[in-house]
Amino acid sequence: MPQSKRSKKSSSTKKIILELQNVSKVYEVGTQTIKALDGVSLRVREGDFLSVMGPSGSGKSTFLQVASILATPSSGHILINGKNTTKYNEVERAHLRNSEVGFVFQNYNLLAKTSALENVALPLVYAGIDEKTRLERAKVMLEKIGLGDRLHNTPSQLSGGQQQRVAIARALVNNPSIIFADEPTGNLDSKSGEEVRKILQQLSKEGRTIIMVTHEHDVADIAKQHISLIDGKIVDGKMKI
Amino acid sequence: MNMNLKNTFLVALKAIIVNKGRAFLTMLGVIIGVSSVVLLNSIGTGLQAYITEEFESLGSNNVIVFPGDVFGEGGGFDRDSQINAIGNNKLRLGDVADIERIREHVAFAIPFNSQADTASYRGETENISVINTTYQYEEMLNIRTAKGRFFSKTEDQGKERVAVLGWDIADTLFGKIDPIGKNIKLGTQTFKVVGVAEKQGGTFGGLSFDTYIYIPLETGFDLYDSQTILEIVVKIKDQNQIQTAIGAIEDVLSERLDDDEFSVFDQTEILNTITSILGVLTAGLGGIAAISLLVGGIGIMNIMLVSVTERTREIGLRKALGTTPNQILFQFLIESALLSVTGGLIGLALAYLGSLGLQAFFPAQVTVGAVLLAFGVSAVVGIIFGVAPARRASRLSPIEALRYE
Repeated sequence: MPQSKRSKKSSSTKKIILELQNVSKVYEVGTQTIKALDGVSLRVREGDFLSVMGPSGSGKSTFLQVASILATPSSGHILINGKNTTKYNEVERAHLRNSEVGFVFQNYNLLAKTSALENVALPLVYAGIDEKTRLERAKVMLEKIGLGDRLHNTPSQLSGGQQQRVAIARALVNNPSIIFADEPTGNLDSKSGEEVRKILQQLSKEGRTIIMVTHEHDVADIAKQHISLIDGKIVDGKMKI
Repeated sequence: MNMNLKNTFLVALKAIIVNKGRAFLTMLGVIIGVSSVVLLNSIGTGLQAYITEEFESLGSNNVIVFPGDVFGEGGGFDRDSQINAIGNNKLRLGDVADIERIREHVAFAIPFNSQADTASYRGETENISVINTTYQYEEMLNIRTAKGRFFSKTEDQGKERVAVLGWDIADTLFGKIDPIGKNIKLGTQTFKVVGVAEKQGGTFGGLSFDTYIYIPLETGFDLYDSQTILEIVVKIKDQNQIQTAIGAIEDVLSERLDDDEFSVFDQTEILNTITSILGVLTAGLGGIAAISLLVGGIGIMNIMLVSVTERTREIGLRKALGTTPNQILFQFLIESALLSVTGGLIGLALAYLGSLGLQAFFPAQVTVGAVLLAFGVSAVVGIIFGVAPARRASRLSPIEALRYE
């Protein structure tokens, strides 16, 4: 049963970027069966900024992994930009992630000993884009998030906030349809966290589609739509504004 | 696909460059393996080529008669029977005449003996070996004189006190003085120098022809009061008839001597024995060196497995960003192949330098075959031992990998 509510008529005319149809994810731990996601249905439209909250163990992480097609659901269907990924193999999912999905992780996950520029250009390597174009696009992206003077610094030469901004630039560089952010401010001090929040808000204003998992209410507040998960089910789906 | 392969290659190359120190240590096993395989092989091959060349320079259709049963019962060189042969030498000058009587096969035969002695000129004294032989020794063993001449038939048969000096001994005793016509002393007896042999080059280890002094056969018999003949060398007329000739010589000698009191063989027999021993030795040494190549390969696998574990999160990230399992597989395979191929190239360079250094006093020869084999094996080793780590990396689940601490 669909739980997400789309009350604003104006947004319902927008293109559906991500659709979950009755998605469940079951883990077998020893003899126990754990339902991490239990029949979740949801539509995310172009320009939405959705926060996903919930206590620990509520299925937030699983939701993010399954929705971003990092993991496959046990049942149900996931459509990204109208493409049904149910029958996709690992290679097809890798290609789809590369072209349609951007990731921002809690711990940045930048390549060590590698410059900010090359870190940002990484998704383009697997998109088969030539090096010159890759580095040009990465440079534009880093300038956009205010790190134009840090192109050749390696992660160890950057602050946590700067590293997360590099990671955001990396998520944007291949111009994905949707960005998944997993606790993007979780490792940051309040000042750096504020910077990252502002960037995410700015991206949302520019029309980017973002899904953000967080347990911090003040971070969730910057999103336009909100859902909460408990025991793998969406229990609350209200619209902000 | 081409683009992807090139990118994967560059990613692998970068991973090596980022960890230069570790990459070098990883390559060390292969470097040592390849260089020792090639170097040991170059020593073996060089030795074989040198010995073959030395034998061929002695003339290819010579048959040698030794006292005693040189090859022993088992067919190989038998040390006891050799000692026995020299102590109980039954060869005598008459045998040479008997052999020369086989005119169908034999061109001529020369006997010779060798004695240790001292040679002196104006207070300069050297320990040397004296070879007393006939004038035909010159033709038999292709001796060329740099100065003067070899002693003549007349001098030989007249038992004259004339001597031909090896190049080195002439150099030591006379320096820049022309030795021709000068008198030297062998022990206490005076000899006139009639010639100096051309420089022959060193037989490493043993005595060199360049330190010999040649005197007429019977002059030596008188000088040392010994009729001993150490060896008879027989020149055979037709190279294709050598085995028949050996049979004929054996028949002639059997009339006077027992079968175990003499041995007749041609140079190819000795050469074959020596080259087969050297071949086994080279293969054995190469095999031992190849083990270090194998150990080097295991070293690469070890480091690659560590590297996969260390870079679990990186692999997870790459997968999240759209790398396919095959691209990860190739990245790690290329990385280990690059390590071992680079190690192989460095090893080859070291072996080449090493063989250049050896050539100063040893005839080392780096062969194309050894180079290709060692290099090929090192590349294959890198790929084979890279498979396990690369497969492990390619099968990592992106979620597990991203979560890895």
